[in-house]
Amino acid sequence: MTLFGQVARKTWIWSWIAAVVVWFVTILVTGGASAFGLTQAALTFAAFSIIVGIGQMFVITLGPGNIDLSVPATMTLAGTVALKLMNVDDGMILAGLFTAVLIGIAVGIGNYALIKLLRIPPIIATLSMSFIVQSTAIWTNRGLRIKPPPFLADFTTSSTFGVPNVALVALFLSLLAWLLLEKTVYGRWISAIGQSMPAAKMAGIPVDGTRFVTYVFCAVLAALSGYLLACFSGGAALNMGAEYLLMSIAVVVIGGTAVAGGDSNVPGIWGASLFMFLVVSMLNTYGLGAGVRLIMTGLIIIGVIMLAGGRQPGAR
Amino acid sequence: MRTRISADAVRLLIPALSLTVLLAAVFWLQPRAMSYVGLNLLFNLAVPIALATIAQMLIMAVNDLDLSMGTFVSFVACVTATFLRDAPLLGVLILIGAIGVYALLGIVIHLRNLPSIVVTLGMSFVWAGLAVLLLPAPGGQAPDWVRALMTMKPPFAPIAIVASIVIAAVAHLIVMRSSLGVLIRGVGGNERSVERAGWSVLGARAAAYGLAGLFAVLAGIALVGLTTSADANIALRYTLLSIAGVILGGGEFIGGRVSPIGAVVGALTLTLAGSFLSFLRISPDWQIGAQGAILIVVLALRLVLNRIETREKRR
Repeated sequence: MTLFGQVARKTWIWSWIAAVVVWFVTILVTGGASAFGLTQAALTFAAFSIIVGIGQMFVITLGPGNIDLSVPATMTLAGTVALKLMNVDDGMILAGLFTAVLIGIAVGIGNYALIKLLRIPPIIATLSMSFIVQSTAIWTNRGLRIKPPPFLADFTTSSTFGVPNVALVALFLSLLAWLLLEKTVYGRWISAIGQSMPAAKMAGIPVDGTRFVTYVFCAVLAALSGYLLACFSGGAALNMGAEYLLMSIAVVVIGGTAVAGGDSNVPGIWGASLFMFLVVSMLNTYGLGAGVRLIMTGLIIIGVIMLAGGRQPGAR
Repeated sequence: MRTRISADAVRLLIPALSLTVLLAAVFWLQPRAMSYVGLNLLFNLAVPIALATIAQMLIMAVNDLDLSMGTFVSFVACVTATFLRDAPLLGVLILIGAIGVYALLGIVIHLRNLPSIVVTLGMSFVWAGLAVLLLPAPGGQAPDWVRALMTMKPPFAPIAIVASIVIAAVAHLIVMRSSLGVLIRGVGGNERSVERAGWSVLGARAAAYGLAGLFAVLAGIALVGLTTSADANIALRYTLLSIAGVILGGGEFIGGRVSPIGAVVGALTLTLAGSFLSFLRISPDWQIGAQGAILIVVLALRLVLNRIETREKRR
């Protein structure tokens, strides 16, 4: 058991080491002046990818081929509709939050309905769904930029005891996800399905129910992230989810979750999200242009996966 | 269905059927499309998409997935519009180097047993960065020979149709008829048995990636031939389009079950879906959504036909 614990610890430690190294290298240039500011910014921006990443991680844990590509569209739709409904009114905050969650649930149900009823591979099902969701967002948005209610705008951009509020929300959701994964039967079921679906079926695990709940959970987290991001950035934009498509997959994998499924971990998502933001800010500090920054980001992703990956063949 | 149809033929039946139905619908909505020029306009942009779909199909044949297809085609487009025109030799060397990088990726993925999704995800950033370095703003110009090739007017059928048929035929010969193709699909089907039979799985995977790189390079060149200039973001949607094209054409994510002709037909269907929607005068807001709906309908059709097929088999 202790051996297993050590191996499990190793998978996520890499992303944390990488994040800390990059943090130090950045601080070296600025002479330690911006250490606090950089940490705060990293926590704030990482929070959004952490929330999306956790949802994506649950889906990826379900096994090969399970990826939710509708994440960006869901974020955009939830942000757009919630802000439109709240209409800069503090009294409507809960109604907006409720709507965002409902949108997440609806998209999740739609995704799984396509996967199950039409037997489409999840990648294609969620892709088709994302087209429809994105269209709905375009239709409701109409190029308007509605400001978030003052209280929410204030909440998402300020911090409590030096920790950004959005990071606290992400922490709360991460704890919830960790409890779900490690301490509940549901978490065991996801891992079992990811390791072998036929075996899970034989063992009497409600495979359909578990997969259904997982897709809904992922969509709800994406919707929540979209809601927060729209409030944080002072309004919803139609392309606001775009970068979270690749980001959500990247943080899951760099975080040490097995792409083959059946093995996931929450702390890795934090390390990887912080790392992804810190890399960009490090390259910015060094004054490198957009092109070099992109190339470096790519090479670092490949470097991390080469260091952390390379599990022995056959081991899932 | 008294006569026995091979599994491969059934696999092709659904994509062919959806393409025919869509084409009939377009002709019904806009009879003027039923001409040489009309057909060329309808399928023009399908040529690069078909090439990218074949590239994606080669990767999927070895059970991998390429998430960098869109950025790679964009990068090639940028090279074509700059180096290939101004310094052809250097341009060709860069493109050959890029194909080499693809083959190298296959080797690295195989040797280190890495997930292809993540490696190509990383590469997508690299290609995007290189493209931005080459062309920070949209610009460049297509080499004259590329432009001439893509705007050629062969007799009887427009170039878009001729090119699609040639692409399908060449890909079919390589993937379905050559021993290398069998080897590549064998790796997707059962890697271990291919290895035990004495073949080099490493070589097969490198060849599959290298060939995919070659087809993706052709896609980028063809795209610039149509658009005359390039942009670092010109082909970003090709990643998802190419995956959808392979699946529409009857391919599967695992098991080395792919169909080159189906993939080209799938790419044509996806392109036609866009034209169909604009003929329907659907509000631009819903264009993307309707494209998703068409994708769902076609896949539902496939399910129905598969059910009929299994029922026939049981009898």
